This record gives sequence, C-alpha cells and structure tokens, in this order.
Amino acid sequence: MFKKILSLLLVVVMCVSCAALVACGDGKDEFKIGFICLHNDKSTYDKNFIDAALAAQEAMGLTDEQVIIKTNIGEDDSCYQAAADLVDQGCDIIFANSFGHESFIIQAAREFPDVEFCHATGTQAHVVNLPNFHNAFADIYEGRYLAGIVAGMKLNQMIEAGEFTAEEAKIGYVGAFTYAEVISGYTSFYLGAKSVCPSVTMDVRFTGYWFDITEEKNAAEALIDGGCKLISQHADSMGAPSACEAAGIPNVSYNGSTQATCPNTYLISSRIDWTPYFKYIIDCAMNDKKIDTDWCGGINEGSVALTALNESAAAPGTQAALDAAIAQFKAGTLKVFDTENFTINNGTKLDSTWKPGTGTDGAFVEGTVIVKDGIFCESEYRSAPYFDCWIDGITLLNKDFGD
Amino acid sequence: MSKPDTIKKEPLIHITKRDAISWQKSMLIRAIAIVCALLFTAVIITILAKQNPFKVYASMFSGAFGTPRRIWNLLNGTCILLGIALAVTPAFRMKFWNCGAEGQTLIGALAAAACMYLFGDKMPLPLFFVVMTLICIVVGAIWGLIPAIFKAFFNTNETLFTLMMNYIAMQLISFFMLIWGKDGSGTLPNMPEFRFPKIAGNEFLLAIIAVLIVCGLMYVYLRYSKQGYEISVVGESENTAKYIGINVKKVIIRTMIISGALCGFVGLLLVANGSCTVNTAIVDGRGFTAIMVSWLAKFNPLYMILTAFLIIFLQCGAAQISTDLRLDKSIGDITTGIILLFIIGCEFFIHYKVHFRKKTKEEHDA
Repeated sequence: MFKKILSLLLVVVMCVSCAALVACGDGKDEFKIGFICLHNDKSTYDKNFIDAALAAQEAMGLTDEQVIIKTNIGEDDSCYQAAADLVDQGCDIIFANSFGHESFIIQAAREFPDVEFCHATGTQAHVVNLPNFHNAFADIYEGRYLAGIVAGMKLNQMIEAGEFTAEEAKIGYVGAFTYAEVISGYTSFYLGAKSVCPSVTMDVRFTGYWFDITEEKNAAEALIDGGCKLISQHADSMGAPSACEAAGIPNVSYNGSTQATCPNTYLISSRIDWTPYFKYIIDCAMNDKKIDTDWCGGINEGSVALTALNESAAAPGTQAALDAAIAQFKAGTLKVFDTENFTINNGTKLDSTWKPGTGTDGAFVEGTVIVKDGIFCESEYRSAPYFDCWIDGITLLNKDFGD
Repeated sequence: MSKPDTIKKEPLIHITKRDAISWQKSMLIRAIAIVCALLFTAVIITILAKQNPFKVYASMFSGAFGTPRRIWNLLNGTCILLGIALAVTPAFRMKFWNCGAEGQTLIGALAAAACMYLFGDKMPLPLFFVVMTLICIVVGAIWGLIPAIFKAFFNTNETLFTLMMNYIAMQLISFFMLIWGKDGSGTLPNMPEFRFPKIAGNEFLLAIIAVLIVCGLMYVYLRYSKQGYEISVVGESENTAKYIGINVKKVIIRTMIISGALCGFVGLLLVANGSCTVNTAIVDGRGFTAIMVSWLAKFNPLYMILTAFLIIFLQCGAAQISTDLRLDKSIGDITTGIILLFIIGCEFFIHYKVHFRKKTKEEHDA
C-alpha cells in the first residue's frame, strides 16, 4: 500500500513542479475576450457561436491568445467557475451562449464589476440592474419568416406537380420546449410559408430537450408519418435533418447549413450571425464605450442571416422572392407579426389584451406596450423574443412533451 | 496430431505469475508506464494534431494547477468524484455491481434543489441546512434501496436495475424543471441564497473536508468493523456467508442503503455547495467514472484519493488543452485515455512476469 501511495504521489509531485513553470506570465495590459459555450462545435447551436467568435477575431485583428474559447461548460457552478477563470486570465469581457448560463454569469458579474459580461438569449439584463451585465439576441423571427417563404414556395411547387393537394400542404416542426423563443420562431416560420402558400397548416412536436439527436429524429419521423410534407426545427442536433434526408422530405434547417449531410432535402437555413454583436462588444470594451443592456440585431446589422439556398432542391424563383422580402424588411415595410395576417382562438385578432411573458419568470410586466399600430412589438421590451401565443393554423401535438 | 514432438518448441513469449514484487520494482514499472504514456501521446499529438507535444503538456498542467482557483477546482472536483467512488465501493466489495451511482447522486441533487425551491425560505437557514441534508441522504438511500430489495428477494440483475434507475432519476429532474422553471425553457435558475456557508472564505473547503471525513470513516468501516467484514465475506462467497450465519439479504440491503445515502450526500454537495440548481447534466457521468476510480484503487478508500485526483487532473488538463490549442475536445480525451490505459495496463506487468525465448538458435544447434 505504501509503495502505491508513493508511486502515485510521484505523479502528483511531477504535476505540481511542471505547473509551477507554466503558471507564470499573464499580460494584463492586453485586451482579452472570453467565450463560454455549452457544447462544442458538434452542436449546430454552439458551432454558430464559435464560427462567429473566430470571424470577429479575424475582423478585429486579435490574436489567438486574446480570444479564449471554453467549450462544454455546463449550466451549473462550472459556468461561474469558467467565468471566474477567464477573469483570472485577464479577460476584459466575457460572453456566454446558453440560456441556463445566465444566473451563473450574473453571479460572476456581481463579483467582478470591472469586467463586462454579455449573455445571449437571456432575459434578465433589463431587470437585474447591473451595469456590467448585458443580454443580446437578434430579430431571428425575420430570418425564420424568410426561411418560411422558401418552405411555402417548395410546397407550392409540390402542389403544382400534383404530389398532394393544397389542403394537404402541412408543415411539421420539431421544437424543443413551449418556450417563447421557440413559439416566436415557429410562428414566424409559419407566417412566412403562409404568405406564399395560403392553405398551409402546421403541426408542432416538442421534444423537451434543447439537444437530443434521438428525440429530434423520432419527432421528425412521427411528423412525417402524420402527413407532414416539409419539416423544420428549433432544436440543435442533426436529428431532424437526417430523418428528412432518409425519408426524402424537404427540410428547412436552423443555425447553419446541413447541405453537406443532407444534399437532397436541405433547402435553406436561417441563423443568427453573432459576428456583428461580437465586433460591437469588442469595440465597446476596447474603447470604454457603454454596451447596450439589451441588444437585438436585425437584417440591416447583418445579425439575421440565411445560409446558401440549395438551388437543386428549392423551387424555381425562390431566390428572387427572398430578395424581394429582404428588401421589404430592410425598408421596414414588411412586418412579421402584423396582426392582419393571423388570428388566435379561431378567428380573434391579437390585441393588447394578450399579455406575453415579458418578465424574467414568464409573467407579463404591466405597462408593456404589446401591439402598436396593428403590429406585435417583438423583442422591443427586451432582446429575447416573447411572442408566446398559439395562432390559428398551427396544431401543437404534445404541449406536455409526451407522445 | 501427427506432429513430431522431437523438436521442443518454446513459445516466443510466455508469462508467469509473480509471487511477490519489491515495491521499488513495482514503482519503477509504474514510472516506466507513465513515461511511455507521455511519449506515446506525444507521438499521437504530433501526428494527429500537428502540435508541439510540450505545449500540450504545459496546457495540461496549467489547466490543473495554473491558478489558485484552478487548484481549488481540481481539489473540489477530486473530492466530489471521490465521494461517489466511496459510495459505490461497499457495494462493489460485496460484488453488487451498482451502476446506479449516477442516478443516486442525481436524485440527491434533485432533492437538494427541491428543498431550496419548495421551502428554503420557510425556516431559519441553519435548520434548513440540517433538514435538506437529511432529506438528500434519505432520498439517495431510497434510490439505492429499491434495487437492493429486488436483488435480495427476487435476485434481479442489479446492473440493469440500477442503470434503469438512472434514467428515472434523469426524467424526474426534467419533469420538475419543467414545472419549476416558470418561463417554460426547461431550466431552473440558481438559488444562491440557500448555498452552504463558505469556510474561511473558501467556497469548496466544506465539501472537501466533508468528503475526506467520509473517506476516513469508510476506510475504518470496511477494514475494521464487523459489517465491513460481512461485506467482504458476501463478496467472496454468498454460500460461505450463509454458512457462517450472515444474513445475506440484510447485508445487501444495508450496504446499498449506505451506497445510496452517500451518493445522495454527494448530490447535496453538488447543489448546496455549488450550483444551487439542478439539471440532468449536473453529475456529468461521474457516477460511472467513480466505478473506475474505485476499481483502480482496488476498492481501498485511501488509494481512491489518488486515483480520483489522477482522473480529475487529466480531465482539467484535457479541457485546458482544447481551450489553449483550440483543438477538439477529443484530443484531450485521447490523451487522458492513453495515460489511463498505460496506468491500468502496467498492473499486468506488476502481477505477471514476461519471459522471452532466449538463445533458441544455439539450443537447436546443440
């Protein structure tokens, strides 16, 4: 027993002595930014952030030492520890990408007031009142709407080809949770499709996971079996796209192109391009400018992006229709949540009596203006979406995530 | 069959069991194994990742020891893993293959978060800490007790049973997070107001001390107590145990209660001395890694301190490698895997002696 302890102790001593050599030298005079990601680039969600971080690094002329990317950081104390470690390494600004990171980043922001903390998809910056904590999102509902146009045109093409009737045109959607971000996403996608294919309906299945390849694949397959002619998803794995490729059903992806693995069925993907935001916060931190508490980029800022259209799978004329809609968005003449274009509760028009969860705990904050001039004001009160009502034409198959 | 046995062909390599080996020699073998592992990983890193292997090792050490905070994280991580390894040990010594430490720890973590969420503000904090601790231990014990009862009375397969209990624990967490996370996102914000107090200003010290005490107690329990002896006897042979009048059912149930309770306690530490929230990934596979820790230490609680340390060190190092060198996490995992393989593999050379065929040519000539 003694010998074993001694031998393992030897390892320990070796480690410690080497560490002593390594632990020196941290140039604090240099600007540094740290990124905290939930998974690594195997997840389309995280890959989208990592790619943007690298693009921002390139654009701002930063070195690899100045941009520290930590991957596989859980939504628990390890997130706070990762943030504190980045502070130790001299980061001036720290960005975390997952919703569940938020309360741990706030904890770090309280402890390190001299460091700026930015958090994507979070909801608390406008209420915690910390000058060094900020939320960010994008008007991704506009991107979803555009992707919806591509889906609608594909459905029209299939109807014209006689594959099914206009009444059978049904989209299937794989969602993660009945959370506002997801609801806002599939609703805008549906409205985009409906703008070109008026007879379209949609079925939504929830998985109850943000990332679960098997659940997402199963949900997509169940939707296809249920007569859905086209699938889209708000979930982070390749589950749904691969199920579509196997079944030969067109798929509209999210957060990045899936064309490489799904060449026959991938149509297009809408994504948030985080590069503009990263460039913005790096610029702010380097030049001591104040970062917005809630930042929400749109098409004009380059935050809402579409990946390359798969010309071989999409309907002819799609690109022209997209260009026209993008021009309208840029000019401000097209509004996704125009209450003229959809109804709730079998024919009622949405008005200010609807009280979405604009607060941090899913409750409505009194005094928030929700519908202005007939338009639902998405992402105005805070950056994260809060459109959370169930509109006509969309069927939620499993609100409680069961079968 | 018709082979002539006139030519005595000695095999190229043959292996004999060593009777005893001097500790100097066994240490030498281990040192050689570690050097070989480092050399081998260096080659792999150079070929696969086209990186300077010394940079990779430097990253590894800096990830574990680079700053005081990293050292504390390393020690805390070691103690959490050690805690779970201690929990599985009594069952393993009994040859009860408890693969349910993950679930038993998860359910303890869920219980802690539930206490915080449901009645954290309903009683004075010190009383709350006591109540929460007791509840976590009891819930963990129940999670260990269920498969033990089925094993003792119906002889169900404990490996499958405990594995399935893991999934139930995970789904329960998903379920309650949906109910409690009011915004519908499936996440529960943390509740730092119910965190265990810091000791001497250090957030980890409480967990570290608690687990080290448990480690000492477990060592004494397994080695010097009557119950510890009973566990060993049941593990060696159930029939012997029955013959000498040990109630095997009782030992199985009692031991799994201890296993589960201890896992529940570690779940409590994960939540109340750390995250102050719960999610399905909070145990992060440590319930399974703990089995390796326990086994590598030959079920000896004191060695486990070192094996747990080794594994956490490798994990911290691997994470730092992927951050510093912007490599996929896999390269860190490969490094870890190779080092572990060599360390486990060298045990073979400690227990067995390898003989090579010598001077066969001369023998034939003669």
